[in-house]
Amino acid sequence: MENRPLEYDYTVAKMFMLTTIALGIVGMLIGVILAFELAFPSINTILGSGLAEYTNFSRLRPLHTDAVIFGFTLSGIFATWYYVGQRVLKVSMAESGLLMFIGKLHFLLYIVGVVAVVVSLLAGVTTSKEYAEFEWPIDIAIVVVWVLFGISIFGLIGIRREKSLYISVWYYIATFLGIAMLYLFNNMEVPTILATSPVGETAIGNWWHSVSMYAGTNDALVQWWYGHNAVAFGFTVPIVAIIYYFLPKESGQAIYSYKLSLLSFWGLMFVYLWAGGHHLLYSTVPDWMQTMGSIFSVILILPSWGSAINMLLTMKGEWQQVAASPLIKFMILGSTFYMFSTLEGPIQAIKSVNAIAHFTDWIVGHVHDGVLGWVGFMIMAALYHMAPRVFKREIYSKSLMAAQFWIQTLGVVLYFTSMWIAGITQGMMWRAHDEFGNLAYSFIDTVTVLHPYYAIRGVGGLLYLTGFLLFAYNIYKTWVSDKEVDAERLNQSPMGA
Amino acid sequence: MFHWLEKHPFFFAVGVFVAIAFAGLIEILPNFAQASRPVIGTAPYSTLELAGRNVYIKNSCNACHSQLIRPFKSETDRYGHYSLSGEYAYDRPFLWGSKRTGPDLMRVGNYRTTDWHENHMKNPAAVVPSSIMPAYSWLFTNKADIDTAYAEQLTVAQFFSVPYNKPVPMKDGLTKVVKMGKSVAEAHALALEEAKKVVADMKDQDVKDAVARGEIPEIVALIAYLNSLK
Repeated sequence: MENRPLEYDYTVAKMFMLTTIALGIVGMLIGVILAFELAFPSINTILGSGLAEYTNFSRLRPLHTDAVIFGFTLSGIFATWYYVGQRVLKVSMAESGLLMFIGKLHFLLYIVGVVAVVVSLLAGVTTSKEYAEFEWPIDIAIVVVWVLFGISIFGLIGIRREKSLYISVWYYIATFLGIAMLYLFNNMEVPTILATSPVGETAIGNWWHSVSMYAGTNDALVQWWYGHNAVAFGFTVPIVAIIYYFLPKESGQAIYSYKLSLLSFWGLMFVYLWAGGHHLLYSTVPDWMQTMGSIFSVILILPSWGSAINMLLTMKGEWQQVAASPLIKFMILGSTFYMFSTLEGPIQAIKSVNAIAHFTDWIVGHVHDGVLGWVGFMIMAALYHMAPRVFKREIYSKSLMAAQFWIQTLGVVLYFTSMWIAGITQGMMWRAHDEFGNLAYSFIDTVTVLHPYYAIRGVGGLLYLTGFLLFAYNIYKTWVSDKEVDAERLNQSPMGA
Repeated sequence: MFHWLEKHPFFFAVGVFVAIAFAGLIEILPNFAQASRPVIGTAPYSTLELAGRNVYIKNSCNACHSQLIRPFKSETDRYGHYSLSGEYAYDRPFLWGSKRTGPDLMRVGNYRTTDWHENHMKNPAAVVPSSIMPAYSWLFTNKADIDTAYAEQLTVAQFFSVPYNKPVPMKDGLTKVVKMGKSVAEAHALALEEAKKVVADMKDQDVKDAVARGEIPEIVALIAYLNSLK
């Protein structure tokens, strides 16, 4: 073989970059609307009372969570896989007609799935289980999409030139396996269309309706085993895959410690799944499971911080880059938010803290400092790194990127601080008793007190969305710029590609 | 060993799978049979209640309301006796929720009435001043899906042996039989019979007329469900 770098094919990566941005805008916009609906309830009927059914908080809420998880984040994971996979395995998608076809089919079916999800959730077709709201026909479509993703991963691995799997590939494999297992077991359901009445009538009622295979406490146990670990394998594992590739690549620094990455990876795999029980503290699941959930949540700090520290130390001796490059800023603040969020989570999982925090906005704040600060920042950073290489054009504006960084950071800070105050205030008010042992506050007292924090949170969300729109604009201008860069920038680690 | 795994993707994937599947096996499986046994006093949902439960799910009421009372004095004072595992034996899916933007509803049937719910769903702030809950006006015009609720009853009876048309023990020592129709027509008749009892306490003339015509608006089914939560 000639001694020159391989050419890679980014057709599929480009498609998923597009959906990352489009669905990110949709998901975050709905989030901002929801935030203001809580602060100013009249927004629930913003399109008139005739359409109130489709604009009210409860109908839109699953659409927000699913658009951000399965739209924005999942697209980002796919986009980076179709970029990173080729480069660390040293093989181009163009070398295999089959893999190229699978990749395009993967994208096409994904789009079909997205449309089906949006329509069905707006219509109120939902199973009610968080992040698993889709009814069985959509579940089947999602399984097919996931299998295609698996074929893409293992197919590319099968024809690889580089025999050793780079760290990011470990995490992509784990993402694939983890989500596959969790999704299948949590969505076990019986379609009601299979039922026959005693007089022999069949196909009664809506064909898409189903009932869960598990009842009550069991259903809750399986759901939060899923729900918590959907966070693990959707918001943590693949994002760690992203940072293990893009931070060394962008900074030109080698990963600080291979041993630390080993410890963090296998530690994360083993520990994470146990922690689901912390969503069910003081519920009707057995005490020992709750305690296990609590303990393992605290242990989880180790592998989480292992990865984060490994990333921060990768910048050793090169900290001036943080000041000089907005892209490095995104990644370093992302790692910091990862540390922050993975410390906050275990604190909330301690039983006595959870007694106050559970059911309040503090949990919402926790989710968002993780997702806005870590997941969002990392996916945008990855796309910023990919854009010049995929489109063969320089990034349109570095100063816009810096402005975006500060606007969004302010947004995240406003978001989580207001939700901390709101959550702890409400948690304390719910449990307050007066000197006669009666409840000190009626429920509505604990709602009206939250108004200023809900308004601040809305502003925080709006700032983040504004930053995201700047990001979308920056990428768009990069894409359509007529200044083509012919040679790809030279890069150092990982693995020299 | 790790270097070897990193060169052998198949065994690597097997290793990862074992590591992640382990916790589920140990945590989830042992409790399965134990947790699904109903406590005395827990009866399956009637056709109308189930249709109402589906209205609750359709509108994601569980996004803001929990159905899980934790064993704290502040919670039992506010909402009633703390939740027991067996009380959820017929809940598919469970509706514990994860956020209390509004209060818990596990035993709302003990302290709210049909009349209260009717006024509240039309305009929450009229009943609870400065409430941030939106009005659910469409529930008064949309029709409840009795067919699907009936199909759901048949499914749980066939697949999970939920005791319809069989005596279930109640707390007072007596038994209760929750009826399930033999045909779609009979299921409709049973639901309508129950709906008539609910609308007797309602004021909305359009809803009363609809039930008199044999139709069941979503609000009637939802209130039947909420009243059953005790």
